[in-house]
Amino acid sequence: MSNAVIEIVEQKGKDDEPLVVARAAYEHPYIVRLCHWINTVALFVMIGSGLQIFRAFPSFGAKIPQKDLLHWPKAFAIGGWLGGGLQWHLTFMWIYIATGVLYLAYQIFSGNYRQVLFTHRDLSGAWPMVKHYFFFGPKPPVREAYNPLQKQAYTTVIVLGVLSVLTGFAVWKPIQFSWLAWMMGGFHYARIWHFAVMWAILLFVLGHLVMVVLHGWNNFVSMLTGWKKDPEY
Amino acid sequence: MDDKKFRQNSRRELLKLTPVLALGAFAVPAWREGLLKKGLGFSDWAAARLFRRGHLASTFDDAELTPFEKFPLNTYDVDDPGVIFENWTLTVSGAVQKPGDYTLAQVQALPRVRQNTRHVCVEGWDVIGRFGGARLTDFLRLVGADPGARFVTVNCADDYYESLDMATALHPQTLLCYEMYDRPLTREHGAPLRLQMPTKIGYKQAKYLTDLKVTNVLERVGYWEDQGYSWFYGL
Repeated sequence: MSNAVIEIVEQKGKDDEPLVVARAAYEHPYIVRLCHWINTVALFVMIGSGLQIFRAFPSFGAKIPQKDLLHWPKAFAIGGWLGGGLQWHLTFMWIYIATGVLYLAYQIFSGNYRQVLFTHRDLSGAWPMVKHYFFFGPKPPVREAYNPLQKQAYTTVIVLGVLSVLTGFAVWKPIQFSWLAWMMGGFHYARIWHFAVMWAILLFVLGHLVMVVLHGWNNFVSMLTGWKKDPEY
Repeated sequence: MDDKKFRQNSRRELLKLTPVLALGAFAVPAWREGLLKKGLGFSDWAAARLFRRGHLASTFDDAELTPFEKFPLNTYDVDDPGVIFENWTLTVSGAVQKPGDYTLAQVQALPRVRQNTRHVCVEGWDVIGRFGGARLTDFLRLVGADPGARFVTVNCADDYYESLDMATALHPQTLLCYEMYDRPLTREHGAPLRLQMPTKIGYKQAKYLTDLKVTNVLERVGYWEDQGYSWFYGL
């Protein structure tokens, strides 16, 4: 099922005899890596500045009386004040959207979406992965770049990314995009959805970082160079 | 592929990611302000293009109104700049056929519109209020404003100032507002006359208007815009 290119990495041994040192798989096409790292920065800025904007009215209720939901510390927000936060948010949203559009277009037209898209074929493999990750079950055989649970997580976060943009537009332009705001229950609820989607993405990022740490250097490098040394498949 | 070639290839693939470093421009303090200004400007440009002159903001039933006592007050300087109502006029200038001082009675003689619309603050809260007044577009016709001009600017008794794009000024829900909840505007809410535009964010709704100018050149943009907020900020 994998469409990754496998190469044998060899070294010249004694008497110029080829000595196999590793196998490597080309897992991440250039556009995917480019989008991944631009998005890393863009998402960081969007969340940091978004929380700055949230600090101006940290509530989803009435203004009078105002009941704050949480006091987000200024140190973990970007922009210094509401106006600054809005400048960062309204600037990086275009970078965030452009990256998302480029990524989706590439995945669809190159056919590479098969690598990440969670489909019914991945259903049977999902439960063994859950057992392995969370209940010390045996590790299922690795056959492609992403296991079924990974595909499930990536597919979900791509949907969340799209939702973050749609809910964002409903908050930014609730009248011009009245149909979007209406679908979310009006401006007031669009703001809640936008906030909720942010936390869901943040939860993914947290899990993603844990997995990156657990899976070691070769795996991390593959997101930079595209090549993963010694793949398990 | 031999090991050396593999490493060369990996290095080349890594180098191809250098465009990502361009984002580091935002980390340079000397460039940051200018870049963010450009970004905000692009957002305003896009927002102006998304604005549809004939598209109305939702209106609401009386039952959905935020009670008047719970309608928040945000002022930039003082709650009451002490306008003397008897002497008050709106001074109209710029690209108009009939410049001069207009009384409240002249504004009130125009067809009265009452609408229950949502008021959204840049901070994120929103309320639904009932506003009454004359359509700005009717007033602009009264003074013979050039509808081809680009901007309408206002000055206020508390030295606040604002500016609007002509498309929003001509929007049918854009009011010269003198009533809230069917009562004359109170001093804290901007008596005797304020802007009320459901298609714009809260800080654009200038209170205690004293001057109105139709113009093609923005001498001053707006108080909050000068602090770094968006100029167009249409909803």
